[in-house]
Amino acid sequence: MSHDNHGGTKQIWLVFWILLALTAVEVALGIYKPVSYEILKWTFIILTLVKAYYIVAYFMHVKHETKSFAWTLALPTFILIPYLLFVLLTESSDLIL
Amino acid sequence: MGSQATTESAWRGGVKPFKASYGKMMMWFFLLTDALTFSGFLGAYGFARFKYADTWPLAENVFTHFPGIHGDQPLLYVALMTFILIMSSVTMVLAVHHGKNMDTKKVAWWMGFTVLGGIIFLGSQAWEWMHFIHGTAEGALQLADGSIAKVIAAGTEVMGQTYNFDVLRLGTEKFITDPTTIATLSAGAEHVYGANMVVNEYGLPQFANFFFFITGFHGFHVFTGVLLNLIVFINVLFGTYERRGHYEMVEKVGLYWHFVDLVWVFVFTFFYLV
Repeated sequence: MSHDNHGGTKQIWLVFWILLALTAVEVALGIYKPVSYEILKWTFIILTLVKAYYIVAYFMHVKHETKSFAWTLALPTFILIPYLLFVLLTESSDLIL
Repeated sequence: MGSQATTESAWRGGVKPFKASYGKMMMWFFLLTDALTFSGFLGAYGFARFKYADTWPLAENVFTHFPGIHGDQPLLYVALMTFILIMSSVTMVLAVHHGKNMDTKKVAWWMGFTVLGGIIFLGSQAWEWMHFIHGTAEGALQLADGSIAKVIAAGTEVMGQTYNFDVLRLGTEKFITDPTTIATLSAGAEHVYGANMVVNEYGLPQFANFFFFITGFHGFHVFTGVLLNLIVFINVLFGTYERRGHYEMVEKVGLYWHFVDLVWVFVFTFFYLV
């Protein structure tokens, strides 16, 4: 079943180094805080989403599932979660509007 | 007749919609609902965190311990925990990889490492909880209105000045240096140590509630994952999947385990960084 093995262990370790590097960047930014909180906050969120993409796409293999399956999983996530966060964070503050 | 046979076997799980097996697909749908649950928790946390932005304790001022190092080490310990979980995700994906090549010995090794990584993570979390529950040696004052004031010992420099009496700090940077106000506030105040569901020496009790609930719910997932991984690990050793002809079970618990790592990535960001 070698056709199921995309990239082999080399790709697995590459993804590991990417995740490790992104986490190290997050921790360094969190400790030294070189920029304002607002910029820092969005940097953290973007880096986290990039990490999530690598975990879901490569470790959880979604990149190699059928397109229809990937969308079946992605659409509820992309619609419901931002909606929930929008409602909650709007109610709690004027930070995002 | 052909179409009827297909329908029947579909109800028996015979066909593979999305070219994914029934078990894998259902694991994914479970994980999708679980992702929504965690979003609800983290969303609620965000609601409280920004609603009480002025007095909300910052995780970097709360979780500052690192084993073997004295003094404040913000973020270092949780970074180590994140590293452990990412590492155990890698060993898991390596087990899945070798399972596809039917390499029993390598699957067993990597599954074993994954179980070990999970146990180390749970131990780290217990250590973090212990420090949070015990709190600092000096504790804090819970004032009559329920808010928390840190007592700054006399002689410590506060906003470029030193005082020969203990001053109070409200929230993260509001200092009370007027002796009369200090006396008024201290009257009826209670000394509290550490954090639990009722009091929290670091600030609002809601912070402690969210911490225990969210990291506890995640820790419960890790614990369940370790159990599932252990069952699969033992089955690998017994040759169950070798006889079955495929290692799909490793893939299925693998999905769950990666999801646990995925949730931690978000908990790390929204609880400790933002």
